[in-house]
Formats: sequence, structure tokens, C-alpha cells
Amino acid sequence: MHGFDFEIIFRTAPYLFKVGLLFTVKLTVLSTIGAVILGTLLAMMRLSSRKALSAVAGGYVNLLRALPLILIIFWFYFLVPYIVGWLTQAGRPIAVGGFTSALITFTLFEAAYFCEIMRAGIQSIPQGQLGAGYALGLNYRQVMRYIVLPQAFRKMTPILLTQMIVVFQDTSLVYVLSLTDFLGAANNVAQRDGRLVEMFVFAALVYFLISYAASRSVKVLERRMAIVR
Amino acid sequence: MNYNWNWSIFWEVGPDGVHTYWATLMQGLYWTLGVSVLAWCLALLVGLAVGVSSTSSIGWLEKLCAGYVELFRNVPLLVQMFLWYFVVPEVLPFGWGAAIKAMDPTWCAFWTAVICLGLFTSSRIAVQVRAGIHSLPAGQPMAGTALGLTRAQVYRYVLLPQTARVIMPPLTSEALNLIKNSSIAFTIGLMEITGAARSMQEFTFQIFESFAAATVLYLVVNAVVVVLMRCVEKRLRVPGFMGSAR
Repeated sequence: MHGFDFEIIFRTAPYLFKVGLLFTVKLTVLSTIGAVILGTLLAMMRLSSRKALSAVAGGYVNLLRALPLILIIFWFYFLVPYIVGWLTQAGRPIAVGGFTSALITFTLFEAAYFCEIMRAGIQSIPQGQLGAGYALGLNYRQVMRYIVLPQAFRKMTPILLTQMIVVFQDTSLVYVLSLTDFLGAANNVAQRDGRLVEMFVFAALVYFLISYAASRSVKVLERRMAIVR
Repeated sequence: MNYNWNWSIFWEVGPDGVHTYWATLMQGLYWTLGVSVLAWCLALLVGLAVGVSSTSSIGWLEKLCAGYVELFRNVPLLVQMFLWYFVVPEVLPFGWGAAIKAMDPTWCAFWTAVICLGLFTSSRIAVQVRAGIHSLPAGQPMAGTALGLTRAQVYRYVLLPQTARVIMPPLTSEALNLIKNSSIAFTIGLMEITGAARSMQEFTFQIFESFAAATVLYLVVNAVVVVLMRCVEKRLRVPGFMGSAR
């Protein structure tokens, strides 16, 4: 232990933030958007009166929620090239980039969690509203599009944002694929310069500040929305 | 697709020349269970202490507990694992760090994982305990105090026995989370289920067989935990109590 070296943090900050954090934020935002859309579709399937649809969605969600994210990351990292190869009729696995693979993995994995949130949101809308919609002559799509989903999204916004913070933290697990997210970048510097203490403490601090500020903001937002309702 | 399935790979002898891949996966299962059980005990003890303290109405103690929870909640678990494994031994005084580094690497990773996962889970259990105590009617501690019970007795005989029953379902999902999170110990070199499957995949190139085996193991462990927790829940059930209406 030779004392805490602040200088290395300043020196490597451009790399950590412009390469590492940008990767993390991009992965977080894109996979959250994808997962919310897919999760909402899954939630509608799960609540469907068609047994087959709800069984498929339920099985998918329960399976993914029972497995550790690291294992899922490995599964998709190796599975996606085979699926892409099969879809494009190439007859052989097609390599997809690390970012694409991570994006697909996180979208599919987090969709299971967002599905449960959206399911709760949809179920919180009183049955009478659906009945009223159908009585006005709207079909299922219109009832969902104009009555149920806008309210469900609004009600669940704080929980969706909180889950997004979880996704932000979960993205650090792309470390196992040796991708350069924020933690990966910190790890690269740490290993190269033998500065493990500085880099990991700094990484923890940055993650903490971002997550803490974000969860505080969500709380404020929750309070404001509660007054409006 | 041109993938060569080979399910008999599990009975072939692995790179150590002694154990079959199946035996290696089983060892992985034992590591996962070992880490999870010990971390669960630590998490229950610390989580209970922090959860109870955060309802103590002592200003500084409540703030301290809130800080504890925020600290563990806002740093990714993988980063916490690295902090415990790489940073803590460096900053410990009195040569403790050197003693840790001199440990057998596997056991070092094991105990690091137990502490890291135990404290992380404790912060989540603390939140549940606190919410559970707050969910009880305010008249309960008042009635206890009116009967002449001390503060400690109110917790011991009135609040905690009821809280334990209220928080059973969330505790079940925390236990499942803990088992899933134990896979992160693989990043510091513990060959638990995910690690064993990953190394099997690297040596054999039988990607899907390896990960399928890990998947099945996790599903079985999950199912066992769910059944166990349901049994505990049923044993603890008090007729007529709000948590037991089912």
C-alpha cells in the first residue's frame, strides 16, 4: 500500500467515462426500452384468456427469473450466433458483436422483470374501465392502447424507473464477457497499472453517486405524481 | 444447425484427471449451497439487527441504518465483490491483509463471497424487517408497554414473532435471490455451479450441455428452497392471524 493515488483517476477519467460509462449508459437505456416493450407484450400475453399464450409467457418469465443473470449472459452469448445463423439460413453460427450480444441478453432477461411490473400495472386498472371501453365499441387493441396501457404506464412509472436503476447496476456483469463497460474500463486500468484499490473504490463511488441520485429523483417524482392523481 | 450434441460428456474425466464433469458440477453445487447457507445465516443476523435498529426511534441510529441500506443498495454487487476481494485486504491494518492473502485461494474466495453476499442480503432483509414491524398496528407495542413489558420484551414477545410471519414471502424471494447472486462469486474464482459449467464449456466446447446442466441444477435448488420455505411458513402459521388467511 503506497497511499491512495488520485492522479491515476484524473489521468484515466476520459477513458473511463467516454468509453466505459458511455457503453454502460447506452446498454442501460437501449435494453430498458426494449425490455419495457417486450415486457408489456409478455404481460398482455400472460393476462390473455388464451391458455396457450399465457402459459408460454408465464413459462418464459418464470424460467428467466429463476436463473442467475451471469448464466443467462453465457447462454445468450453462445446461443445468439446460432440463432442468427439459423435465421439467415447461413448454415453456420454468425458472430455478433459483444455489445449486440449484451443488448439482446439484457433486453430478453430484463423483459421478464418488466413483465411482472406491467402485469401488476395492468391488473390495477379496474375491470369496469375495460367493460366501458368494450361497451363503447372499442376492440381489444383500442382498449389497451387508449385506456389500459396509458394508465398502467403512468401508475408504474416510479417502479419502472427503479427497475431501470437495477438494470444500470446489472450491466456491470458484462464483465464476464470482457466487454469495456464502466467497470470493465476501471478493471482494465486496474490490471494494467496495478492500481486495484484506487480503480475499484472510484468505480464503486461513481456507481453509488449515480444510483443514489437516480433513486432520490425517482422518490421525488413519485411524490409529485401522487399529488397530481 | 451443425452443433455436435454429446450428452455423454458428463461421464468423461475432466482436466484434473480424477473427476468426471458431472462430479465437478456436483462440487459446484456444494460450493453454491455452502456459500448460500452461510451467507443466509449472516444476512438474517445482521438484517434483523439493522431492521430492528431502524425502528428504534433513536435519531442517529436510524440514520446509520438508512445509510447502511443505501450503501449496499446503490453499488452493483459485482463491484462490492471486487471491493471485498481486492481492496479490503489491502487496507486492513495489523497484517490481517497479509494473512488473508496467505490463505488457500479457494477458501479465501469462499469466505469473501460469504461476507459480501451476506452483508448485501442483510441490507435487503433489513428493509423487509423494518417494513414488517411498521405493518403491525401501532396499538400492539402500546398494549405491550401498558402491560408492563420493557422495550426489549415488546420486540421479543410482541413485534418480532408477528413480523417473522408477515415477512415470510419476501424472505423466500430474498433466499432465491441470494442463490442466484452466489453465481457472482465465480468472478473471484469460486467454482460454484456457473463457474463449473463455464470451465466445463471451455474445456469441452460442449456449450449447451454445460449450461443446460447448470440451468437444471439452479431450477432444482430453487424448487427445493420454495418447498422448504412453504413448510416453514405452514409450521409457523397462527390461525386467525392476518398473514395466514389463505
